[in-house]
Amino acid sequence: MNELAQGLLDAWKLIFTLDRDLLEIVGLSLRVTLTAVAIASLIGLPLGAWLVVNRFRYRRATIAVLNALMGLPPVVVGLVVYLLLSRSGPFGVFGLLFTPAAMIIAQVIIITPMIASISHQVIRDLWADYHDLLLSLNASRWQRIKALLWDGRRALLTAMLAGFGRGIGEVGAIMIVGGNIDHNTRVLTTAISLETGKGNFAFAIGLGLVLIALAVSVNLIIHSLSKTERASNW
Amino acid sequence: MVGSLDSHPPQASILPLRLTGACARVRGKPLVGPVDLTIGAEGLTIVMGPNGSGKTTLLRMMHGLQRVAEGEVCWNIPKRQALGRQAYVFQTPIMMRRRVMDSIAFPLILRGMGKMRARARASEWAQKIGLGDALSRPAPFLSGGEKQKLSLARALIFKPDILFLDEPCANLDGRATREIEAILLEAKAGGTRLVMATHDMGQARRLASDVVFMYGGKVHEKGPAEGFFKGPETREAAMFIKGEIVE
Repeated sequence: MNELAQGLLDAWKLIFTLDRDLLEIVGLSLRVTLTAVAIASLIGLPLGAWLVVNRFRYRRATIAVLNALMGLPPVVVGLVVYLLLSRSGPFGVFGLLFTPAAMIIAQVIIITPMIASISHQVIRDLWADYHDLLLSLNASRWQRIKALLWDGRRALLTAMLAGFGRGIGEVGAIMIVGGNIDHNTRVLTTAISLETGKGNFAFAIGLGLVLIALAVSVNLIIHSLSKTERASNW
Repeated sequence: MVGSLDSHPPQASILPLRLTGACARVRGKPLVGPVDLTIGAEGLTIVMGPNGSGKTTLLRMMHGLQRVAEGEVCWNIPKRQALGRQAYVFQTPIMMRRRVMDSIAFPLILRGMGKMRARARASEWAQKIGLGDALSRPAPFLSGGEKQKLSLARALIFKPDILFLDEPCANLDGRATREIEAILLEAKAGGTRLVMATHDMGQARRLASDVVFMYGGKVHEKGPAEGFFKGPETREAAMFIKGEIVE
């Protein structure tokens, strides 16, 4: 309990003294996760919509695999990305291992199935409403996907926020591919892991509280900007 | 993709529409057919019949929303081209999660028109159909009559050659019905061929140039409206016109 109280005090101090190290870690955490969410959304949202409007032989199996991939173990993803990016790996020549780029790649792999799967669920409901209209208006497949993504944008925000939640709290994969290098690849979760390992629980809890505050703030800001939960919106 | 809206090369008429032995089935169970029917180039065809007689399925089959299990539905031009020149108004209006203006403009944007021009045209149409004050309102929050007017505007804005309407005035009051009928008559005068399913005998008498009477999934009777209402050939049609229960 003392450590929790001390953690709160530490968090307070870190925030209000604008600790440079903390700001650096928070900045990198946001940069990595927001970039990963953006890339994963660019892939996952159209993929989810594409799976709704297209009928093909292994569609059900593809959706089942996509849903299963939501539970992809981050440590395994980290290991695979590590092997791919290591010097002896096929992409070793790019020198990406232990850089923020490697962390983004790992997060994209983890987040994309989640965003695609949730957006598939959301768009499937919208497609049930729009199906006859879009067919009647002779919209092409791409036009159907565009209309569904645009009209479902507020609900799709949930998919993106779920991806953000998973990314910002992820530690296994980015620890392996990022290496938790100070002033280079250290993010909030890896810093918490390090401080816990050092027995510095109060500071670790302080960082944990900052992480939670960050996740909540980003959610609130995005909800506010997208004007969800207002009477005249959907 | 739908055809370009602003290119005006001389286009062949998509009509007549010919159904030859056309059947619709669901899981092997016959719904409608076989239907032999020709929809000519002009007029307003009313499709009538008791509930479950196959009016909606017939309209959907003609429009291409219902798969034709047997027989043929042939347009005067290739089917792919014909698809972009027809429109459909559903019994329950399908409202997109957009503002009224963007909902009406949607078919124009699909046809490649710029957003600003499409919105300007949508605004004109909204004024015309009495939704001028609702341009910025979310379409799903309109009243039943307003939603149906929006559906009509969305269907007519790209000047389709043929418009299918599935009981567009069901659940509407007299005033809304009159306003919608006025829009339909204007569209008809502008050269749009109309095919409409309705239960409303008064509306059928007011609007029809010819009638298709459906019964048991088949075209039971068809012909010019005047002859149909004055002297129906079949017992079921006569009962239906009198307002008796046809089972």
